[in-house]
Amino acid sequence: MASMEKRKPRFFQSKRFLENLSNTFVYAFLAILSVIWVIPIFWLVIQSFRAEPGSVQVNFFPQNYTFQNYLNLFDPVALAETSIKFPQWFLNTLIIATVTMVVSTIMVLLTSYAFSRLRFGARLPMMQLILVLGLFPGFMSMIAVFNILKLLNLTGNIWGLIFIYSGGAGFGYYIAKGYFDTISKAIDEAAMIDGASRSQIFWHIILPLSKPIVIFTALTSFIGPWGDYIFARVILLDNTDSYNVAVGLVWITQRENITEYFTTFLAGSVLVALPITLLFVFMQRYYIEGVTGGSIKG
Amino acid sequence: MKDESKSMPFYVWIPLALWDTLVAFTKSIFGFFSSIILSIISFFINFGKRFVQFFVLLYKMFDHYVQIFIKGDVNTRMSFLVMGWGSIIHKQYVKGIGYLLIQIGIITSIFTVFWKYIIKFTTLGTQVTSPAGFDPTCNCYVPATVGDNSMLVLLFSIAALLLLFGLFYVYTMNIETAYKNQQLVKAGKQPHGFKKDLDELLNHRFHVTVLTFPTLFAFTFTVLPLIFMILLAFTNFDRFHQPPGTLFTWVGLDNFIAMFSGKTGYYRFLPGTLVAILRWSFVWAFFATFLNYFFGIILALMINKKGIRLKKLWRTAFVITIAVPQFISLLVINFFLNDLGPLKNLFVDLGWVSQGFSFLGTAENARITVIIVNLWVGVPYTMLMTSGILMNIPQDLYESATIDGAGTMTKFFKITMPYMFFVTGPSLLTAFIGNINSFGVIYFLTGGGPSSQTLFQAGETDLLVTWLFKLTLFEQDYKMASTLGIIIFVISSFISLIMFSKIKGVKDEEAFQ
Repeated sequence: MASMEKRKPRFFQSKRFLENLSNTFVYAFLAILSVIWVIPIFWLVIQSFRAEPGSVQVNFFPQNYTFQNYLNLFDPVALAETSIKFPQWFLNTLIIATVTMVVSTIMVLLTSYAFSRLRFGARLPMMQLILVLGLFPGFMSMIAVFNILKLLNLTGNIWGLIFIYSGGAGFGYYIAKGYFDTISKAIDEAAMIDGASRSQIFWHIILPLSKPIVIFTALTSFIGPWGDYIFARVILLDNTDSYNVAVGLVWITQRENITEYFTTFLAGSVLVALPITLLFVFMQRYYIEGVTGGSIKG
Repeated sequence: MKDESKSMPFYVWIPLALWDTLVAFTKSIFGFFSSIILSIISFFINFGKRFVQFFVLLYKMFDHYVQIFIKGDVNTRMSFLVMGWGSIIHKQYVKGIGYLLIQIGIITSIFTVFWKYIIKFTTLGTQVTSPAGFDPTCNCYVPATVGDNSMLVLLFSIAALLLLFGLFYVYTMNIETAYKNQQLVKAGKQPHGFKKDLDELLNHRFHVTVLTFPTLFAFTFTVLPLIFMILLAFTNFDRFHQPPGTLFTWVGLDNFIAMFSGKTGYYRFLPGTLVAILRWSFVWAFFATFLNYFFGIILALMINKKGIRLKKLWRTAFVITIAVPQFISLLVINFFLNDLGPLKNLFVDLGWVSQGFSFLGTAENARITVIIVNLWVGVPYTMLMTSGILMNIPQDLYESATIDGAGTMTKFFKITMPYMFFVTGPSLLTAFIGNINSFGVIYFLTGGGPSSQTLFQAGETDLLVTWLFKLTLFEQDYKMASTLGIIIFVISSFISLIMFSKIKGVKDEEAFQ
């Protein structure tokens, strides 16, 4: 700095110019990158309005636009013809995701609370066991789970799936526990002196203080089942009535005459992605908070 | 580098900064490997300690209950035989009858439902189910026989074992209750009533209330299936041995031997496939983890740079890709990269590639493509994760660096990166394991392809887990899938072992300055 004070810097050396220059570069980069990131999704949306039939097109933009692809998904006559049961799949997915969200949010929060605030003999062994279990690939036990559900008569329908998604819910306690850990223990102690029980502390003190993490947990446990393919593919068998949107839409792309249904598939994908995207954009703040917290805790 | 960087010309300090980085990198690599070796050694030492501790604990527990039996009165001693006795006698009817029902329920169910499976555990069944039909040997009509089902034998045996563990846990609880009641009565107090017990469940024993349901769920849908699958690795369960038509049985370590050294026959390509896929999985996980991390941080830095406007818009543009379910975005990209798709068309028009080019056609192209597409998938996550942390970097660090005359690059390499590493280091290793086990990108983009002549039921881009998925679902080679699952477990636990030793190393908050 010392040398600069002696003489007036030339324009292209001035701080303001350099600042502007680097900002221009950053803007250019961000613009290019966001175009790259958004293009596939943009392509999905405009192609879903394509009027020409057929599979993948060489042209980026469709020649003619139509709403027909969307109408096909809900028109009973067209659906019966194509055996695509989109409204049913959508409903299934909504039920699966909603029930799973409620059950696993409660289970995750309670488990995290127990591991974070309560002290009992089995605490560390349980946490270690969960850690070890988490090292096995998730769907290694797929076939065994499938057979257990079969014994319980839960294969081929959505309830089996709900059981699976909620079954391992307690395992995802890390992030919420990390959040609870940051809430001062003095609050608990003060409440206990006032005669509050552990359960009251959870419901009336910790929970209201943890709004971001509650929303984050609910959001992630809704999104997970919404787009899950692997377990749904195994558990739902060939019963097209009980498909969720992921299995249903992938099933469309794998059919012999994909060229006929391709635009329908794209329209369906847009409808599946839309609610989640909206949810995400509006809940972004909470999601960021959860992701950041989780990474710091490791 | 501090204050000199200003006075030095750039062609001096840039190489110097690079040299510093290289030295630091080499040091950390050495540190990394020495910590691996140290952690392996300490693991075995700890394992030995734990092993001894376990038996000490077991002995202490046994001794504890023997002492209770000796000190106990008639009611306490009766509780060793009839669960709930000590509670019912002291008017804890709900609790006592609960204990008793659990005892009766589990024991009778084991002897009625489970017993016929348990006794066949050693052979996993011998009697094959045969349909009704005409038997030429005796010239008579034989009715259908319902034989054994190896899978059910295995499943029910494990379930019975877990039930017995559960029973044992409740059994010890019952003894504790009885002994506590005895002491309370001796002290002239009244044992807790049902109402008081319920209150306790919401207060000092709240963890029992909270964890019982998740634990039961986890045991049914995670632990039981996992034990089942681990045991399958020691059987010959595949599509040629599918109960009830055909049975499977124990084969010891045959699957592991085939996996590591199968030379001839059906599995002759298996060891080679394992090595090839293992190598590719590591390459993939390495690039997927570090490229995502690096570019994510750069993106976050750019978005959060001072003076950049519309931060929210930029962030949302990237966040949308997280929001769209992966199976959709990846299938779309798959169509995008298709030989007939728009991207190749564009590249051909631009003259970058020839007509014969294919993004996913050859092993090399496909591998590079999936790594790049994975950037598309993963960078927004890292961006989100790191933007929060970047904002938490103490600003005075930058200010004092500016006063010392540090340039932008110096600040990035000397402050930003070390701080990020310090805070997110542990999560990087978690991400590494996650990437070894990542499924969606490969499955939806390439399906493991392009196919290969020398890989056993796998394609050139298959990872360990997608291979496992294929073995299970398409090949129905459950025994090999389970063997592979155990191998993946060993690899993952090895990496997390290192992770834990690393975390210990950075526990000290003051270490970063």
